[in-house]
Amino acid sequence: MPKDSGIGASSKRREDVRFLTGAGNYTDDINVHGQAYVHFLRSDIAHGRIKSIDTSAAEAMPGVVKVFTGKDFEGVGGMPCGWEVTDKHGAPMQEPPHPILAQGKVRHVGDPIAAVVADSLEQARDAAEAIDLDIEELPAVMNMKAAAQDGSTLVHDDLKNNICYDWQLGETDDTKVDEVFANAAHVTTLDLVNNRLVANPMEPRVAVGEYKRGTDEYTLFTTSQNPHVIRLLMCAFVLGLPEHKVRVVAPDVGGGFGTKIFHYAEEAFCTFAAKACNRPVKWTSSRSEAFMSDAHGRDHVSKIELALDADNNFIGLRTNTYANLGAYLSTFSSSVPTWLHGTLMAGNYKTPVIQVNVKAMFTNTVPVDAYRGAGRPEATYQLERVVDKAARELGVDPIALRRQNFITQFPYDTPVALTYDTGDYNGTMDKLEVAADLAGFAARRAESEANGKLRGLGINCYIEACGIAPSNIVGMLGARAGLYDAATVRVNATGSISVMVGAHSHGQGHETAFPQVVADMIGIDESMVEIVHGDTSKIPFGMGTYGSRSLAVCGSAMVKATEKVIEKGKKIAAHLLEASEADIELKDGQFSVAGTDKSVAWGDVTLTAYVPHNYPLEVEPGLEETAFYDPANFTYPAGAYACEVEVDPETGQVTVEAFNAADDFGNIVNPMIVDGQVHGGIGQGIGQALLENCAYDENGQLLSASFMDYAMPRADDVPFYGVDHSSQTPCTHNPLGVKGCGEAGAIGSPPAVVNAVLDALNSGGKAVEHIDMPVSPSRVWAAMNS
Amino acid sequence: MYNFEFEKPSTVADAVSALGGEDAQALGGGQTLIPTLKQRLAAPSTLVSLGGIPDMQGVCIEDDGSVAIGGATTHATVASEAAGSYPALAALAGLIGDPAVRNRGTIGGSLANNDPAACYPAGALGSGATIITNTRQIAADDFFEGLFSTALEEGEIITTVNFPVPQAASYQKFLQPASRFALVGVYLARFADGVRVAVTGASEDGVFRWSEAEEALNKEFRQDALTGLSINPANMIADLHGSKAYRAHLVSVMTKWAIEACM
Ligand SMILES: Cc1cc2nc3c(=O)[nH]c(=O)nc-3n(C[C@H](O)[C@H](O)[C@H](O)COP(=O)(O)OP(=O)(O)OC[C@H]3O[C@@H](n4cnc5c(N)ncnc54)[C@H](O)[C@@H]3O)c2cc1C
Repeated sequence: MPKDSGIGASSKRREDVRFLTGAGNYTDDINVHGQAYVHFLRSDIAHGRIKSIDTSAAEAMPGVVKVFTGKDFEGVGGMPCGWEVTDKHGAPMQEPPHPILAQGKVRHVGDPIAAVVADSLEQARDAAEAIDLDIEELPAVMNMKAAAQDGSTLVHDDLKNNICYDWQLGETDDTKVDEVFANAAHVTTLDLVNNRLVANPMEPRVAVGEYKRGTDEYTLFTTSQNPHVIRLLMCAFVLGLPEHKVRVVAPDVGGGFGTKIFHYAEEAFCTFAAKACNRPVKWTSSRSEAFMSDAHGRDHVSKIELALDADNNFIGLRTNTYANLGAYLSTFSSSVPTWLHGTLMAGNYKTPVIQVNVKAMFTNTVPVDAYRGAGRPEATYQLERVVDKAARELGVDPIALRRQNFITQFPYDTPVALTYDTGDYNGTMDKLEVAADLAGFAARRAESEANGKLRGLGINCYIEACGIAPSNIVGMLGARAGLYDAATVRVNATGSISVMVGAHSHGQGHETAFPQVVADMIGIDESMVEIVHGDTSKIPFGMGTYGSRSLAVCGSAMVKATEKVIEKGKKIAAHLLEASEADIELKDGQFSVAGTDKSVAWGDVTLTAYVPHNYPLEVEPGLEETAFYDPANFTYPAGAYACEVEVDPETGQVTVEAFNAADDFGNIVNPMIVDGQVHGGIGQGIGQALLENCAYDENGQLLSASFMDYAMPRADDVPFYGVDHSSQTPCTHNPLGVKGCGEAGAIGSPPAVVNAVLDALNSGGKAVEHIDMPVSPSRVWAAMNS
Repeated sequence: MYNFEFEKPSTVADAVSALGGEDAQALGGGQTLIPTLKQRLAAPSTLVSLGGIPDMQGVCIEDDGSVAIGGATTHATVASEAAGSYPALAALAGLIGDPAVRNRGTIGGSLANNDPAACYPAGALGSGATIITNTRQIAADDFFEGLFSTALEEGEIITTVNFPVPQAASYQKFLQPASRFALVGVYLARFADGVRVAVTGASEDGVFRWSEAEEALNKEFRQDALTGLSINPANMIADLHGSKAYRAHLVSVMTKWAIEACM
């Protein structure tokens, strides 16, 4: 029976009332009295040496408040990187400076050179046109393999080369790996590209900086997934401000997908400029600016080799990846190709020997950082493509090959540093086979063929590590922060509850799901609970939302805090009922003495806590508790996906006819919200697989610089999805047994789509081994006619 | 956007005189011009809206049976009002952009702009339409002069476009995945006195007539009439979305589909 409230109920998303009726309060809706506007003059070349910048004419233009260049920021820090990766020789990564405004060189199209603050945006733009720039153009470093060669042009003159780090995980002994491959009965090799993407949340980035001279206090309103992280980074590493004097507010945020995790130069600029100009300063990104200044995602070039024995057991896996970091290190960029990617190379399989090699490269492109899935889609794509290719080469059923190699014993220590606590990969595959009606595929293929179309079925599995992350582990791996989270449960006198959480909701539905948990624990109506998020002046120090962590980590903190509240409530109830605390039970909002009909209502207890006339002397008045929660391990959602496509052999057009997902997310708080998260993730995965491509030319010009050339998935590009999350192995180490569902769809879907296209083409008699994403009509046609 | 003056005349004559001012520019639906202004790629002193001129609005059937469309008629209006009189053209209009674009964008703006991937140029050239301006009549064959370039003089306004109605016609559009303009679009029209095949999206010189296909179809209007014919890829467009060879191939496929639709 589906529940109608509390944990397990598909409660309607309460936040949608304001989002769908135009009553949201986004950063661009915030206007501060007296604000000025900033326009950034951005580089239109990929690489160049700044010889001179003359701002005098611009400064004299009407309405101009102040013109800033890199010189104005010589006294402050640059944009920091939050994760130090150690290379395979034990040396720290190369970490070049990332100034707020370019100093000395410009390093990508979109690199901010100067900033004009003026009374109006148009005046700022007018003045920016009057800035006289002399920039000597340098050759652009674009190709990662060429960039790794000695003698390549350097993106950063002070570094020894363009390699940020040369990293390795898993088996360190090359001879041992070579031996495994030499002794293999079969080796499958695949070269592939994981295409660069632009996240393109519907709401572009915005920042409003405000400074109050009277109190020496700053406020930054910004489009962020993690306001406390922004405050810490900006105060401690960039501007050198005391944290207690700075408030960071991330109000309603219209989509993040990772790209709003990072601390961006524009945020620090607006905060800095608000004081320098003694006026609030506002910046709203245009869509064109977003394409060249929001951190991009993916962009890996990989070779993957899979060794199998004579019985088709996986015996070894080796990968060699070039990962593009762009021109500068974005906040978490260094962790993505390493600890969020290499660690997932075991996938769902018990491959005993794994070696992952990653060279992370600086190029003259926009910085690359986490995008929905971050590293895990890149790992899954390589692995599930090579397994599929192996099945085709060996002439075995791709599902059977996978099942044969599944990990079935838990906990399982992978050769790449993780311990999977629990899972049931055959369980999700069983669900998938039914949901996707795999038995009926042959008939559907025959029908497509009768219509002149090729039909393909693509299967893949995925596992991800989320609920990021145990602080002690990530600390050992180079994280410069902890990754716990925090919640304060504030019970009001009349019994309603405000929960202040460190997680940030920007589409995930926290405002609905989090109250379901607290209400369920106490036995009150969900409408009595509300969460507060997104304002450092209101919430405890939490790390924000990414890595499918909100419920698993912040939700756990909320459970702990609620437990403390209930404990205290029991003490008060025991006093009121003149019973022993140990005998008090809380159910359906009533504290009762076990085995009697004596009870007192939740609201009477909460009122007593704040009007403590008849009160236990040893208990403090009030009812408010905070808990911090640091997870013991990652969580490991996993699943199996099936995609069916039709290919028009005349044009190469691919249409997705069916997509089914069977996920194991552990316990589920709101099934409808989980469905929605999976839908969105698959939509983005289909986008990556078929449509999206951030492309540069050899001079570093962005070719896909607008929606005219960057193809976002539209509603008619995707089918109605089948989503099943009934195979559940609850997480063993957090109180809710939840695993996280935000990224799964984006991680699990691209290989399913590509596998399906290749299956279709091969069914038509054309032996096509691989097509790089996006599998566009022109690429399919070229592959069919090669 | 730079500042500009705005005028909205109610007659063609007033529009023409307003456009006589220095750096004045006509504004149709603004679906191309406004984004260009926002990016500061154009700086007209005055925008002269053609949207308030009743004579330039709507679809009507002339005495000779041709369909006359006012130069400021939106795509949405053509899609609904020409559906009975010239269904293939109405279908073309209904496939342009999204509802917001169709409710603002105009036929005159589209033809004047002559985007190499736009749909109307193929419809006009394929139909052998006549573009009527405030000063003269221009045959479609003489109107399109290459990428974003037409026979229009400075300040000249497209007031009406006159379409002879063929026995059968079809527009086949293969979508560019991002913009959903035509990666390749083929407009085929079969008249009593011959077949016209106009191709958009494909050529570096903009919309063109595929004369070999027309000849073959004039000999015999059959599905396999194109066998052995192909387009030379040399001056096809090559970009992120398709190579020259792919576009040349799509021209054949879209033409074949258009023939099938006209059978
Ligand atoms: C998202 C999007 C998708 C689109 N998709 C398609 C598509 O699939 N297929 C397609 O064909 N088009 C497409 N378009 C283009 C659109 O349909 C318009 O046709 C086009 O933008 C020009 O028409 P307009 O009326 O908006 O002209 P405007 O933008 O107002 O003007 C364009 C140019 O024409 C001039 N002009 C305007 N009217 C006249 C006139 N009557 N006489 C002389 N000169 C004139 C203007 O001065 C200007 O130089 C799309 C546009 C957008 C924004």
